[in-house]
Amino acid sequence: MSEGNMNLTLKVWRQKNAKVNGSLETYQVNGISEDMSFLEMFDVLNERLVSEEKEPIAFDHDCREGICGACSMYINGRPHGPLEAVTTCQLHMRSFKDGDTIVVEPWRATAFPVVKDLVVDRAAFDRIIAAGGYVSVNTGNAQDGNAIPIPKEEADKAFAAAACIGCGACVAACKNASAMLFVSAKVSQLALLPQGQPEREERAIKMVAQMDAEGFGNCTNTGACAIECPKEISLENIARLNREYLGSSIASTVA
Amino acid sequence: MSWLTKTLSSSIGKKVLMSLTGLFLCTFLVVHLSGNLQLFYKDGGYAFNTYAVFMTSFPPIKVISYANYFFILFHAFWGLYLEYQNRKARSVRYAVVRNSSSWSSRNMAILGTVLLVYIVVHMGDFWYKYHNEPLPYVQYTSDVRTGQIVANEMPSTYTQDVKKVEISDLETGVHLVIVKDLYKEVARVFQNPLFVLIYIVGMFAVAFHLYHGFQSAFQTLGWNHPKYTPLVRGISTWIFAILIPIGFAAMPIFFYVKHLMGN
Repeated sequence: MSEGNMNLTLKVWRQKNAKVNGSLETYQVNGISEDMSFLEMFDVLNERLVSEEKEPIAFDHDCREGICGACSMYINGRPHGPLEAVTTCQLHMRSFKDGDTIVVEPWRATAFPVVKDLVVDRAAFDRIIAAGGYVSVNTGNAQDGNAIPIPKEEADKAFAAAACIGCGACVAACKNASAMLFVSAKVSQLALLPQGQPEREERAIKMVAQMDAEGFGNCTNTGACAIECPKEISLENIARLNREYLGSSIASTVA
Repeated sequence: MSWLTKTLSSSIGKKVLMSLTGLFLCTFLVVHLSGNLQLFYKDGGYAFNTYAVFMTSFPPIKVISYANYFFILFHAFWGLYLEYQNRKARSVRYAVVRNSSSWSSRNMAILGTVLLVYIVVHMGDFWYKYHNEPLPYVQYTSDVRTGQIVANEMPSTYTQDVKKVEISDLETGVHLVIVKDLYKEVARVFQNPLFVLIYIVGMFAVAFHLYHGFQSAFQTLGWNHPKYTPLVRGISTWIFAILIPIGFAAMPIFFYVKHLMGN
């Protein structure tokens, strides 16, 4: 399978489970093709580890086409590696040079405990969605087209926010491990469209409360999240979340 | 918990408190710089010294100054508390980090701590001395008709119970004012190159802190707009990170150079 000529030194975080400490271990991988994806390079390494009867490196992956948000490697100090607007699975070895040393770590956040090696538990995101990131009333058939006019600009903003795949790169990139970019995208995609209006106020308040309860840090507007986001979610969403949350808190009739 | 405490103790609410107190302190800096530019007048410190009397005696200004002390302390310690929380949110650090954010934005807590120390030193230099130490008095005699002001140091034993003694003689057209000579104290402190250096370092901290801080405060309040955000960022960079720190830093340099040139 490996038919290339790249020889690399990998330093990979190995950790048995959440209860024990981990450490970086060094692996030499040879004959890597520059057309391989970063995850395929890990597959090659894992095949070798299995044949040597060693424990393969655990890492998250699913669709391998950049839309599921499962892959989550912190590569050479950046989530999803050196490219922008790309997930780890869509990162190819041609982005590296022969002889490179590549350090691979899991997402680091207290709210994302390590399960094993490079796999972290991102259930905190699921709990934030469960707190309000949905539209709960589902009535009747779909509306006739253009029955409810939505300005193109609003629809585009909602769509751009909905591109968030919930991978957690924003949390990984943030020096405070803040989840604001994720939560803001999930609040924005509904706040901008008619379907999201009935629960709009409640949603912002409940999702922020859950985000805080999960132990994510506070946003300090460094902007690292938006730069590292593989789906290029904009910081405007965080400003919108601030408006949604503050506006809802002030306007709410719950004393 | 009431809705207000609940809102203000959320992560967004905590940031709003940083934002609002920070913006208050930014407006304070504008006023502080404007007032202190009077140090550059060639009037023997008349404008500056009478301004100092006004700022420490006019009741509304006194109220605002106490609010200002409180906001400085609140902003500093609330910020450190947030920094503590943020560090706790990443209990295991990365082995390798390649940052994509600005240096200022990542070092707000360190810059803020430098500023807090600076403010203590600064207030010890002038605020404390002005309020608690027997600074010498100066008498300004101005000719109402020509506008010419002459400064005369009062003997060191002279004291007065009020902050400002003001006498106008309508017949001779002479206006006489006696106030504490803070101007002279400023000039004296900045004869020492060590203090000049401390003040310049302090202004670098102001510059980098506000380069991120001013525009960040607007984002926290939800102000992010394609038309207005570039303006806010421009003000953050050109006014708060460049113009204001240079304006303040010019004061110690001005007095140091003046001293070197022998007056």
